[in-house]
Amino acid sequence: MLLSMRNIHKSFSGIPVLQDVHFDLNPGEVHVLAGENGAGKTTLIKIVAGVYTDYQGEIELHGRRERFTSPHDAAQKGISAIHQEMSLIGTLPVADNIFLGRELTSRFSAGFFVDRVRQMSKARELCALLGLDIDLQRPVDDYPLSVKYRIEIAKALAFDARILIMDEPTSALGELEVQRLFKIISGLKRAGSAIVYITHRMDEIYRIGDRITVLRDGRRIGTAPVSQLAEEELIRWMVGREVETRFPARRAELGAERLRVEHFSVARHDTSSARGEQWLVKDVSFAVHAGEVLGLAGLQGSGNSALLAGLFGAWPKAVKGDVYLEGRRFLIRSPRWSIRNGLAYLTNDRQGAGLIPGLTAAQNISLASLKTISSWGVLQTKKEMEMAARQAKSLAIRGASLTQDIQNLSGGNQQKVLLAKWVETRPRVFLLDEPTRGIDIGAKHEVYELIRQWTAEGISILLITSELQELIGLADRILVMHRGRISAEFSRAQGTQERILQAAMGNAWMN
Amino acid sequence: MRERTDIARTSAPSSFLGAPWIRALSALLFVFLLGMIFNADGAFLQWGTHRDMLRQISVMGILACGMTLVVITAGIDLSVGSILGLNAVLFASLSLRLSWPSFLAVAACLLAGIACGVLSGAVIAWFRIQPFIATLAMMVFARGLTKSISGGEKVSRAVLQPDGTYVYVDLPRFFQAVDHKVAGGNVAVVTLIFLGCVLVCWILLAKLRWGRYFYAVGANEEAARLSGVPVSRVKLLAYGLSGAFAAVAGICQTVQEQQGDPEAGATYELTAIAMVVIGGTSLMGGRGRIAFTLLGTLTIGYLEKILSINAVSEATRLILTGVIIIAAVLLQRKSR
Repeated sequence: MLLSMRNIHKSFSGIPVLQDVHFDLNPGEVHVLAGENGAGKTTLIKIVAGVYTDYQGEIELHGRRERFTSPHDAAQKGISAIHQEMSLIGTLPVADNIFLGRELTSRFSAGFFVDRVRQMSKARELCALLGLDIDLQRPVDDYPLSVKYRIEIAKALAFDARILIMDEPTSALGELEVQRLFKIISGLKRAGSAIVYITHRMDEIYRIGDRITVLRDGRRIGTAPVSQLAEEELIRWMVGREVETRFPARRAELGAERLRVEHFSVARHDTSSARGEQWLVKDVSFAVHAGEVLGLAGLQGSGNSALLAGLFGAWPKAVKGDVYLEGRRFLIRSPRWSIRNGLAYLTNDRQGAGLIPGLTAAQNISLASLKTISSWGVLQTKKEMEMAARQAKSLAIRGASLTQDIQNLSGGNQQKVLLAKWVETRPRVFLLDEPTRGIDIGAKHEVYELIRQWTAEGISILLITSELQELIGLADRILVMHRGRISAEFSRAQGTQERILQAAMGNAWMN
Repeated sequence: MRERTDIARTSAPSSFLGAPWIRALSALLFVFLLGMIFNADGAFLQWGTHRDMLRQISVMGILACGMTLVVITAGIDLSVGSILGLNAVLFASLSLRLSWPSFLAVAACLLAGIACGVLSGAVIAWFRIQPFIATLAMMVFARGLTKSISGGEKVSRAVLQPDGTYVYVDLPRFFQAVDHKVAGGNVAVVTLIFLGCVLVCWILLAKLRWGRYFYAVGANEEAARLSGVPVSRVKLLAYGLSGAFAAVAGICQTVQEQQGDPEAGATYELTAIAMVVIGGTSLMGGRGRIAFTLLGTLTIGYLEKILSINAVSEATRLILTGVIIIAAVLLQRKSR
């Protein structure tokens, strides 16, 4: 046994977070760690990775008792955590990042001089292993998220990590990148590494997992081989009750045409990286009706996210083409202007472009519609709390105080707060980019219900989600994008995972 | 029940000692305690000492008000000292040399201060130049303007006549009105002006829609922009107000000194930043309160008063100030 954790207890200021948790790892296995948000998964892996040192219980590594004193100490002993918030330094070259903190030094320099030749050849080796064909001298920031993730893995391998901890590695990846990642994981398994894998996605658990441990409310509910645990049973373990797993049926009749987009293009807006195409979206035309959910499928970088952000006016100078709202020409000027005209946009980057840390949940909810709760510029705190309470009720924001700093809410509640913010602007077109990213299965289902409810109210929805099942289950029509263009359109009946994926990769690739 | 515990888990309970205003207060109490110990034979225990401290700190405190607004938007304003100097000279020239009525001179100075601030804000918001750089440039620019208006000389009541003699002009009544103590000689008018500035900032930050925008822009500018917050106008307002407060401070300085000194306000910006930071407002933006800055201002004020009544030499005073600023910030910092 590679790693064994026994009777782990951990509490934060007197409140127990983990109670009597057991967890072990065999060489060459992928051990999935599952559970709802707040179940204690992150706390457990932070103990393994040496971030939290004040826990009770025992950890054995290679059969010897261990107590990690710091993340650096854990890394020295072969444990590497690959975080969603990357530990890469964006402005440093790829090669320097891979060896950061453990540079290879030339033999006769007493550890002072970095041996760049040796680093480059070792880095090239690692990258070849991971199928990364990139320029190692370029700064990390020149590459997209999916490549960064693999650089992060290369860094872990450079440290001779035997245990890799992957916390929701696929949440920012498209299907093609996920397949590549899984191939890499298989390779690592064969080499004898063990992987702790955290995910909220059911299909991934069954695709990649060997064993699974489920946590709920800080306790271990059970550990089982994945192949012997049926999905219904697994959900019961995670949630503690039966959960509806099907997608709610649509209730709306399609109304009049709400939004029409003609020959719409979005240019690359950040001038910092010169790589890649200049146009993220090229000459796209489509229309959405009232009460319709239009799905936008596509791999990472296909332009679907840029299309939504572009329509919303996130980069008003980078777009061209004609947009019509309810038959009237709509000029894209700024997010402020778009909101005033009935558009709302849920970003896929919750931390970076969604939440306002330091403001309370209620203040985050009211941010986009402060005018409705102020008179002569003076905020009416009472009205604000009424607004927040109303939204908390209709979106089922539970267990959280609305006067709490938004950062202290669980991921699912944070997402609902952001949705609530947009609902309060009374949108007629709702642009949703990954509305269920990083939230647990119960909350996901509630979001599905909300989408149905909004369409019943006549709101038009443009939906992006990298979970194809979700897209098929929710969308009335699906547009597939490939390299900035629409490569296919499917009706509700035609869209299958295979067909969508094929179109997303560009048909030629499959033939 | 389960949901309750879910949330409790993710948030650290805010104990009484951990509350931000308690931490801000603790730095002030620390310095106050120093004063009680080193009370210079009872001088610290007399009301007059405290009243003088309040009067002396007021000009600096007015600058710190504007600085707080800017810092909450995740910016910094290095130009406040220079804008103070510019307006000190401008106000002296207008009212002593050109004999403008005081209300016109005050209005002109406020406009000049706002113009300087808005100019910095425009450079920051529209050309996306870092606040540090933009206001550093304004700091140098405004000081140059000050020297060109005054010719490098102090602007005082003494006016040189063509025949080589000096004529002393009368001080306008405005000077006496501001450099005056009310409530039985216990409260200086400048202190009231300072408290008025604090009140203005409090209304803005705690009560107004635009105050909420300040916090949103400081905490996450991109998220604020995508939520329809007019980010550029928020920045123009923050720096414009900072300039306006600096103008008010400049007028007060001139009134107190009865002359406009082109060197006035040099390095004041650093003291103002220290006051904001000691109060506990984060230089990262998005967090802070004007009440904290009031506490920070009092902390610095008491510190300097204690050192001066104990007749500490300037060299030692500077060294001790540096050490005590760090101690005070450590005291009020969030414990891990």
